[in-house]
Amino acid sequence: MLEFRKDLFADERDDNLNVIGKGEQRQDMLGHVTGRTRFFDDHGFDGLLHLKVVRSPHHHARIRSIDVSAAERAPGVKRVIRAQDVPVNKNTLLSLIGFGKDDEPTLAVDKVRYKGEPIVAIIAASDAEAMAAVKLVRVSYDPLPTVFDVQEALKPGAVVVNETYPGNYFEYHDKYDHQKLRFGDVEAAFRTADHVLEERYQMSPIEHASTETNGTIAAPETNNRYVVHSCAQGLFFSLGTTAKILALESNRLHFIGGTVGGGFGGKVDSLTEPLAVLGAILTGQPVRYVLGREEEMQFGSPRGAERHVIKDGVMRDGRIVARQITSYFDAGAYTRLSSYGVVKCVAHMPGPYTIPNVRGDAYCVFTNRVPATAMRGFGVTGLDFSIEVQMDKLAHLVGIDPMEFRILNAYRDGDMKAHRRVAHNTALIECVQVAAQKVNWPLSETARRASSLSGGGGPRAAIPPTVTDESGRIGRPETRQAPPQLTPGAAPLPAYQPAPAVPVQQPAAPLPNYPSQPAAAAPLPAPTPPVQTPPPTPQHGAARFSSVFTRRR
Amino acid sequence: MARHQGRGMASINYPIGMNLGGDPSQALVHANPDGKFTVALSAIDLGQGMKQVSRQIAAETLGVPIEDVYVDTADSDTGPHDMGSFASRGTHRVGNAVIVAAKEARGVLLEAAAEELEVNADDLVTDGKGNIHVRGAASKSITVKAASQAAQFKQGKTISGRGIFLIPLSNVNPETGEMSPVTAYAHACLVVDLEVCDETGDVKVNKLTSAYELGRALNPKMVEQQLVGGAWMGMSHALYETPEPYYPNPENGGRDYNEYLMPGPGDIAPHDIAVLERPAPDGPFGGKGPGEMCANPVLPAVANAIFNAVGVRIDTLPITPEKILRALRAQGGARPQARRA
Repeated sequence: MLEFRKDLFADERDDNLNVIGKGEQRQDMLGHVTGRTRFFDDHGFDGLLHLKVVRSPHHHARIRSIDVSAAERAPGVKRVIRAQDVPVNKNTLLSLIGFGKDDEPTLAVDKVRYKGEPIVAIIAASDAEAMAAVKLVRVSYDPLPTVFDVQEALKPGAVVVNETYPGNYFEYHDKYDHQKLRFGDVEAAFRTADHVLEERYQMSPIEHASTETNGTIAAPETNNRYVVHSCAQGLFFSLGTTAKILALESNRLHFIGGTVGGGFGGKVDSLTEPLAVLGAILTGQPVRYVLGREEEMQFGSPRGAERHVIKDGVMRDGRIVARQITSYFDAGAYTRLSSYGVVKCVAHMPGPYTIPNVRGDAYCVFTNRVPATAMRGFGVTGLDFSIEVQMDKLAHLVGIDPMEFRILNAYRDGDMKAHRRVAHNTALIECVQVAAQKVNWPLSETARRASSLSGGGGPRAAIPPTVTDESGRIGRPETRQAPPQLTPGAAPLPAYQPAPAVPVQQPAAPLPNYPSQPAAAAPLPAPTPPVQTPPPTPQHGAARFSSVFTRRR
Repeated sequence: MARHQGRGMASINYPIGMNLGGDPSQALVHANPDGKFTVALSAIDLGQGMKQVSRQIAAETLGVPIEDVYVDTADSDTGPHDMGSFASRGTHRVGNAVIVAAKEARGVLLEAAAEELEVNADDLVTDGKGNIHVRGAASKSITVKAASQAAQFKQGKTISGRGIFLIPLSNVNPETGEMSPVTAYAHACLVVDLEVCDETGDVKVNKLTSAYELGRALNPKMVEQQLVGGAWMGMSHALYETPEPYYPNPENGGRDYNEYLMPGPGDIAPHDIAVLERPAPDGPFGGKGPGEMCANPVLPAVANAIFNAVGVRIDTLPITPEKILRALRAQGGARPQARRA
């Protein structure tokens, strides 16, 4: 059942459009429902060869030797690909946007860092022959100690998973072992709060489980190019990754895709494209590399596990005055996209609520498990679970209805968010009101009359004097828990300037029974207006993440 | 031994597009001599409807019937660059690029029509049915087809357009985390009604009721399929799924759909949805995008409803019967909380 609440925000829309807003049938519907749509694996080629990889049975081990002689002589085998055959056998996905250090081989070289890591690829005339030859590859290992818990991995002296990041953490800004968020002074606010509640939340990894598993068919074209039928979620992203790993000019690759049997984030990693194209180059024949279901479920990258520790200060009347979140993202053995998810998580703190004091510390941690990657909402899904269960507990603690509690603390147009941008176009309150109405959940008159359009801004738009600290310098884990120090006056950050396009609400009177939050909360000096300095020069297209986070290497 | 009813809720927001921006999308639009349009992209249709939403945006902007527009994606030789289909960016980023490209193509189309009609192009409007006419004078008109043929064979004009949409990359302050993450947020509140069996720890979800604010719903049918499917995934994340059931122990992962648990047809709950539309100021026709966020409120709402039903807090996902039973044992049995409505 689906209904539209056209009465809400009606004056912000022109509903008289021809095609927009109509439930028109998709142009590709007939093909999908009759099974005629062509996906990557529906492209047949004469002489198609099949690629399978030898995977590590160990979570962490040094490779002593690899013997492929029996596999090379096996029936149907056309070619064995080893690590030294991969032109650029070290990459990190976000190097395409200059973010992070190359840390992952296509085929393992000296050691394996997770169970299932590819070591050797076999190309044979049939799937069955490739799989049979995989079993004939003899790899001898020296198993190494493992680490699977994110907080264990961060301890000094922990097993080093990925030598590119010897502290088992991704390095942010060439300076810190995590990404910080600092807004106000949580410690001072905790001291004045009526209740403080600290809770730990943990989610487990999750498999994308798309109907179509990851795969690629690559074939030589007649013009010294290669056509690549790909299931990639980012066509040029995968093309760029493949070109880098194979040291090819990008225009020698002709990627075709766009019709994909489900992705959910699991087809961003280019798990199969580089080896399939390399196979086509080395054999001069079309090569198909498709993950089986078991292979994908066990060794394809999942949504990574997240641990969030949330500490809140709340007043008896329901106002949250401080929120501190410490987050650990389990990246597995290699970075892939987890480093990005961490920053997205920090941007999402403290959830859709206006809280005058917020502190966040988020770590991207390496462990000996299958590398994690993007999945529908990653960086946010696990944090939302944690925040919203915490909200339920807080409401229970202060004896306020959970819907009323959300509305009381909800962000509104004009409020300052913890990442120092003014909220606009908000609608959380209206969503809560409509959901309550639909299930006949009784709300007070005050909650029913609340609006995202009013009651925000004013003191709620202020940036409070902020405590900063140098905890967690790279290579100095002993500083990680250092007590924060108040930085008086000029905080070491560019003064906030709202972007011109963002409407900043003029100070508005607080709603009845909804005292404005920042003013009353912590015993801080009265908020001083941010120093007026020219807005930072906008960056244009050529700007790269290297300028944001770390040197490109 | 009893089955206890519980109700829980959660409210969330969700950022639209890649965090920090810096994620461009391009579009090319051109007409054949009969005034039939092709939109060339490199965006990916994962089943979410990328092609269809681009098609509707192009048709609306061009002012032509939807059946006169097809979307061709993704071929790196013909489709211009696009960052990819992830981060809830498709509708917002690609849609804006399509609008820019379609506006340019529409401009040429109206110039060609103006030349044939001997009027000023600024005075022309489209009726969305394949005709171009002078504003306020419907009889002074030409078909899109005739104008396109004139452009191609008489006037030597190419009815085409190029579009790109890019939100410039934001810096991140290492000390404070100050940044510009995204320009638009979607919102939701969701209520779960379920029951918990205190003998087996089994959870049966009986009903989902929700309110989603998504900017303008560009295609309501596709919005509905996203919200229904996404809520299913949220239920699955909350109660069933993981390849590491005893995380951080890495063992015991499922190898196929038999061993990897997800809700089956008998576990699906009815979902009553209200859609709110607060247009994003910089969205295509105000669109935001329901792609990722639709699963998110379900996870905490399920956990909160379980607490409401039996009084135990399970803070570790997924919430398996084993975890519920262990918590009930530790608590000394079910403690149902106050019923809500």
